[in-house]
Amino acid sequence: MKPRAALLAVLALAATVARAEIPEAERRSGYHDMGPSVQAMQDDDAANPGTLWLLQGEALWDRRQGAAAKSCADCHGAASGLAGVAARYPAFSGVSSRPIDLEQRINLCRTDNQKADAWAYESRELLSLSAYVARQSRDLPIAPPADPRLAPFLAAGADLFARRQGQLNLSCAQCHDDNHGKKLAAATIPQAHPTGYPIYRLEWQSLGSLQRRLRNCLIGMRAEPYAYGAPEYVDLELYLMSRARGMPLEAPGVRP
Amino acid sequence: MSRPDLVAAGLVASIVVWGPSPLAAQGLRTYVANGDSISVSLTGRPGDPEKGRAVVANRQVGLCLLCHTGPIPEERFQGSLAPELSGAGSRWSEGQLRLRIVDAARINPATIMPPYYRTQGLTRVARSFVDKPILSAEQIEDVVAYLTTLKD
Ligand code: HEC
Ligand code: HEC
Repeated sequence: MKPRAALLAVLALAATVARAEIPEAERRSGYHDMGPSVQAMQDDDAANPGTLWLLQGEALWDRRQGAAAKSCADCHGAASGLAGVAARYPAFSGVSSRPIDLEQRINLCRTDNQKADAWAYESRELLSLSAYVARQSRDLPIAPPADPRLAPFLAAGADLFARRQGQLNLSCAQCHDDNHGKKLAAATIPQAHPTGYPIYRLEWQSLGSLQRRLRNCLIGMRAEPYAYGAPEYVDLELYLMSRARGMPLEAPGVRP
Repeated sequence: MSRPDLVAAGLVASIVVWGPSPLAAQGLRTYVANGDSISVSLTGRPGDPEKGRAVVANRQVGLCLLCHTGPIPEERFQGSLAPELSGAGSRWSEGQLRLRIVDAARINPATIMPPYYRTQGLTRVARSFVDKPILSAEQIEDVVAYLTTLKD
């Protein structure tokens, strides 16, 4: 009875989501919407500014921290053992009773396992370590977990994506499903696949998270952005990952 | 359809679930939509086409060139989400243009063209823009006056 209900819920969701989704063969990463010089910057570790954050992330991986005086490596061993992890986040957390994204997972390890303070969103440390963990999944396909507990949050994310918001009364879907490839002033509207995060954005002159990117789009719509870490962002991240399933991760990406 | 309907009672009621609120109570001027047009100036006066051109060109004020292209050559990087503005003045009457700027969703509910003179039926408007239309009645009249000069 229960699994049947869950299955029906998943099928119903698949039906609503399938309505607007870009067909698999037509999916393209934002990488393909940018010029060759920015692509070359992403492809070459020596030119990719994200490498600076990777180096710091590598150092943080091995550093013993917090009251427990443990490093990430003490529990996980070599970072390469985390290949594939970034490709399947956000994932359901029993502690939070809802999905959490990679940054929140890293902070849970800090507070629960290292007995250290959580890092602030967009702090150099959190970006460095999440870039370093995400790098271990480079070129691996995005693989959202088939976890029925995620279904209501995925549905909430899909719903948010289609909701008109802000003074300009626009939805994410109107730009990214219906008008990708067209020009919004100088910018080519990408399909909004979360393939490259955290990204080095030339406009930011910094690495930034997917939540920072979503915040930028909300501000562009003149909608009130959510606070960093808000469940709405994680639901959106979950939906974006599901919408991009099978696409290879490129983190750390570079975007104009 | 051709019967004039007071927007304060008609449009807003059809969009806002929690009931109509008179435009005047929102600090907006009341206007009458007749079919697909608003024939009377929102301010009671004609707008200034030169000021209207400046509003259209300004990416922080009119935002028009984010989506549209128009005969404003000094502005580079115009959008390609929407029809060319050149010729708008021959395709549409002044009243039709006015309604399209005030609330394009009245004509096409699925439109991406923002509602420039509506503050209700919107979701999560950023704090600094709550209860404010995108453009003032004066700015809308200026834009309409400019668009009517775009004859081809
Ligand atoms: C009016 C158009 C518009 C709307 C509405 C919009 N975006 Fe965007 N989005 C863009 C543009 C243009 C870019 C490319 C970057 C830039 O230049 O700002 C972008 C970039 C992105 C990216 C990064 C893609 C990459 O390759 O790195 C994501 C993810 C994204 N948007 C998600 C969203 C979500 C989620 C929403 C709704 C909350 C949304 N967008 C609303 C126009 C829009
Ligand atoms: C976010 C995108 C967007 C913005 C910003 C925008 N428009 Fe539009 N506009 C559209 C679209 C799309 C249409 C096509 C009709 C439709 O979809 O309803 C349109 C239609 C029009 C039309 C009718 C065009 C025709 O010939 O059929 C006019 C005139 C117009 N817009 C003027 C303006 C002006 C002036 C501004 C700024 C004050 C503006 N628009 C801002 C997207 C936009």
